[in-house]
Amino acid sequence: MTDLKTWFFTEDCYPDLPEQNSYESIRVDLPNKYCDPENATRLYNQYLDIWCAADEMGLEIMLNEHHQTATCMVPAAPIMLGILARQTKDARLLILGNPLPNRNQPVRVAEEMALVDVISKGRVEVGFVRSVPYEAAAANILPYRGSERLWESHDLILKAWTTHDGPFNFEGEWYHHRQVNIWPRPYQQPHPPVWITTGSAASTLPVAQHKHVGAIFLAGYSKVRPIFDAYRENYLKLHGEHAPLDRLAYCGLIYVGDDEKTAAEGANKMMWYMQANKVADHWKNPPGYHPPVVSANVLRGAHVSGSGAAYSTDLTEHMRRGNVFAGTPDQVYEQIKAFWEYSGGFGHMLMMGQAGHMTEQETLRSMHLYNSEVYPRLKELAKTWDPEAIMDKRANLADRDHAEITDLAVDFVR
Amino acid sequence: MELQGLDIDVVRKGSGQPLLLLHGGGGPIAQMPFADGLAEKFEIIAPTHPGFNGSKIPKHFTRIDDLVYLYLDLLDELDLTDVVLMGFSMGGWAAAEMAVANSSRLSRLILVDSVGVKVGGREDRDIADVFALPGEKLAEIMFHDKSLAPNPADIPDEQLQIVAGNRTALGVYTWDPYMHNPKLPHRLHRIKIPTNFIWGASDGLVTLEYGEKFCAMIDGATMTVITEAGHSPQMEQPDAFVNAVFEVAA
Repeated sequence: MTDLKTWFFTEDCYPDLPEQNSYESIRVDLPNKYCDPENATRLYNQYLDIWCAADEMGLEIMLNEHHQTATCMVPAAPIMLGILARQTKDARLLILGNPLPNRNQPVRVAEEMALVDVISKGRVEVGFVRSVPYEAAAANILPYRGSERLWESHDLILKAWTTHDGPFNFEGEWYHHRQVNIWPRPYQQPHPPVWITTGSAASTLPVAQHKHVGAIFLAGYSKVRPIFDAYRENYLKLHGEHAPLDRLAYCGLIYVGDDEKTAAEGANKMMWYMQANKVADHWKNPPGYHPPVVSANVLRGAHVSGSGAAYSTDLTEHMRRGNVFAGTPDQVYEQIKAFWEYSGGFGHMLMMGQAGHMTEQETLRSMHLYNSEVYPRLKELAKTWDPEAIMDKRANLADRDHAEITDLAVDFVR
Repeated sequence: MELQGLDIDVVRKGSGQPLLLLHGGGGPIAQMPFADGLAEKFEIIAPTHPGFNGSKIPKHFTRIDDLVYLYLDLLDELDLTDVVLMGFSMGGWAAAEMAVANSSRLSRLILVDSVGVKVGGREDRDIADVFALPGEKLAEIMFHDKSLAPNPADIPDEQLQIVAGNRTALGVYTWDPYMHNPKLPHRLHRIKIPTNFIWGASDGLVTLEYGEKFCAMIDGATMTVITEAGHSPQMEQPDAFVNAVFEVAA
């Protein structure tokens, strides 16, 4: 029977910053004198507590990493993953993801993931991402041909996970390792589930080819169909069967309140995520990350999106776009249901449920309301999913011409 | 022309002693007035590095030595001898590496505001990180007269995309180690041909102090300073630049 899983996610931000006008960029060069270690300790433990609460409620867990930024204080997601492997009991643990092109030792990534998979008794799900442009300076990695680097690294990691008869040799275009023989091997056989983020229809091909989960972030109404449809078409063409519901994932910001007023307050606090991402143009445009047409726009000072969609920090606008689901339990269910049906369905709701100055209490209340009143209905909805029936139903829902992904909208996990 | 199976755009102008001109990260410069000045006494041969000016970067081109061997092949292919090799900025780095590898077809090396070596300690930023600077700051370090700096707002789309492509190509050839080869100082002793440095006094990308230290690494090399010029003295002071070249090489 088809199911829908929800993965609770927060970026672990450090929100207590000076006035935004006083610095050029929250990423790459914001001095860490603004990071008070005492405060950071409090925040890390708060975020870990929230994840543990997600586990107790029955939600799955998702985490990610970024570098040299106050928007996400996790520069080493595998370490957080290791903590959660011990401190949680049931939740599956999704790391989305390991920024492969920026990590020069894929075998080390394979080892880290196998280690946590074993400790957690096979609860790890491993995401691989190309990563956002601002990561280039932090990683000191040229982002040119980053997707190709990702896939070469991916191939090496999968081979490391699935080779059990002693060392093999790998001498690729970017990665060389002559004696690959990892200990431990993963708990899950043949290997943990793999997720890859996609930002365009074209990039779904290799993901569908490997039957990996394709995940998109804040793609909204405007992009969800082209990308999910491309994945489904590629999957059907390559494998002769419909892509199962659990091969697609969508990440949005979700805040559920007891009433509309509380929900709006919580959701507006979460908009810190959109508002805080002040980034200097040169960090957005490292050489070779974007194709020349996009890079030229950045040189001109425009936002990265070529769509002409205005950058927005407005809650209503982001709800209209399908990036944010917020309201009472009934409202949030209806919003997600509408989006889910419009999209053709997905088996994973990635719930970014905390950002900015949202307190632990506010976050937990929203999670609880989601878990008890929204989630069961979404699971019921997912049970009804049939690959052909939903497409018939969807045919009556015209393409909605909303704003495209903005540069910020795709930032936080890719 | 075809080299290594690649279609390389090569501008040739003037007549006289051959002068192989290697452009920097900003892209081809052989159409500029200074090149016409040089063409009065030299035959200019000015290739466009793969990746620049809208051309493709071959997949196996990842470092400066890909250019070095490409242009050593060019010298063979055209069967040039007694060549003046002149490189600007990143092209200067490639030129110095060529002279180290094989200078049998060369009679002189001219390095203009060239990168390629590290002169300071590990925590000294010898060469400005051009990928980490906002446009206006970049203009400040590149030009003596900032008003000469191109403003993206005034550049047509198509041209700006070429600029963006040039930036990518510059990244491909110079990203890490950044704009230098740590081994190059240990190999510069192989350069036995007369070598001349020409430097913009106001260069902020690689300062005159950097240039002087680089110059001191090559036996007998001379330094000519062009005043009121930044990283591209050939652009800001074309007459003075051409005169400086004629003084050492013509």
